Amino acid sequence: MNAAQRLLAAATLAWLAAPAPAQPSGEDLYRTYCAQCHGLQGNGKGINVRDMSVQPRDHTDSKYMAGRTDDELRTAVVEGGQALSKSVLMPPWGSVLEPQEVDALVAYMRELCDCQHGRP
Amino acid sequence: MKRHIASLVVFLAAAPLWAASGETVLQERCAQCHDLTGPAPSTLEELWTRKGPDLFYAGVKYKPEWMERWLQNPSRIRPAGMFYGKHVRTGPDGQDVIDVASLVEHPRLSPGEAEAVTRVLMAKKATPAPVQEGAYQPGRISLRMGELMFDKFKGCLACHQIEPDYGGLSGPEVYTVTERLREDFLVAYLRDPQAFDPKIFMPNKKLKERDIQKFIHYFRALAQEVKP
Repeated sequence: MNAAQRLLAAATLAWLAAPAPAQPSGEDLYRTYCAQCHGLQGNGKGINVRDMSVQPRDHTDSKYMAGRTDDELRTAVVEGGQALSKSVLMPPWGSVLEPQEVDALVAYMRELCDCQHGRP
Repeated sequence: MKRHIASLVVFLAAAPLWAASGETVLQERCAQCHDLTGPAPSTLEELWTRKGPDLFYAGVKYKPEWMERWLQNPSRIRPAGMFYGKHVRTGPDGQDVIDVASLVEHPRLSPGEAEAVTRVLMAKKATPAPVQEGAYQPGRISLRMGELMFDKFKGCLACHQIEPDYGGLSGPEVYTVTERLREDFLVAYLRDPQAFDPKIFMPNKKLKERDIQKFIHYFRALAQEVKP
């Protein structure tokens, strides 16, 4: 292996060993994009709600949330409320969030409701 | 004739000094809170800690006459601050409220400073996405139809106020937006907010071009309606 090859190999190893940029947590994503309407506590009481014609979903409502599959939650986040015949006030976040960020948000919503689909 | 030439020489000699003083004010009084070089925040942490709008493309975004006026008499445009998450707390009843004490007032500039800063800012055109000159074609829409679109059809009222004290609080008020921002910029921004600000908490609603135009007609009508 000549010097140039050794340098290339070292650079490749350094690149492989470098930590990938940390993916934001579901909670951080929620507090950035969702809390403006769904509230810091996830209870549907964000700062924007006063003049809304339809109130945002309370994500701590385990009974309601247990009735929703993870795929439905994912669709609501990515495509917005209208994709599920719900309110237009819930916008589509698909252009902002990566698929793994959507998964992190769905997991965080399950933490907020302390529930799984079919298990309140 | 000699007198005119002398005046011209003095003017040309002084012009760089004026520009320099605008640049000095910008660096000394604005740079702590505004990004003058870019790029826009690319992580949530950068988004949360941003204290004021990015200014590295101010020349394609703002209307100079508004900026010069506003800098002398600033008022709040985003009721919950630049990032609402920094200025909201949950009340005892579980309802989130704006923590008004946490909001910072914008410094007030003298007329001379405002004029000099505006001139320097208008030269900043490093726009992250294309803004096409003439993209906005002036037209009209009734306030009633505009509000229907803004609220019922697209749901934008959730985050934006359409008159003082009516509408959502996390985004900037829209009843002054066409006073503040160039319409051609608005066309590009409404088409794809993340092209300018990748992590911004405004969704891309994939608006049709004709709806973008109608929204801006509406904002212009609102500005006329709300004007004192």
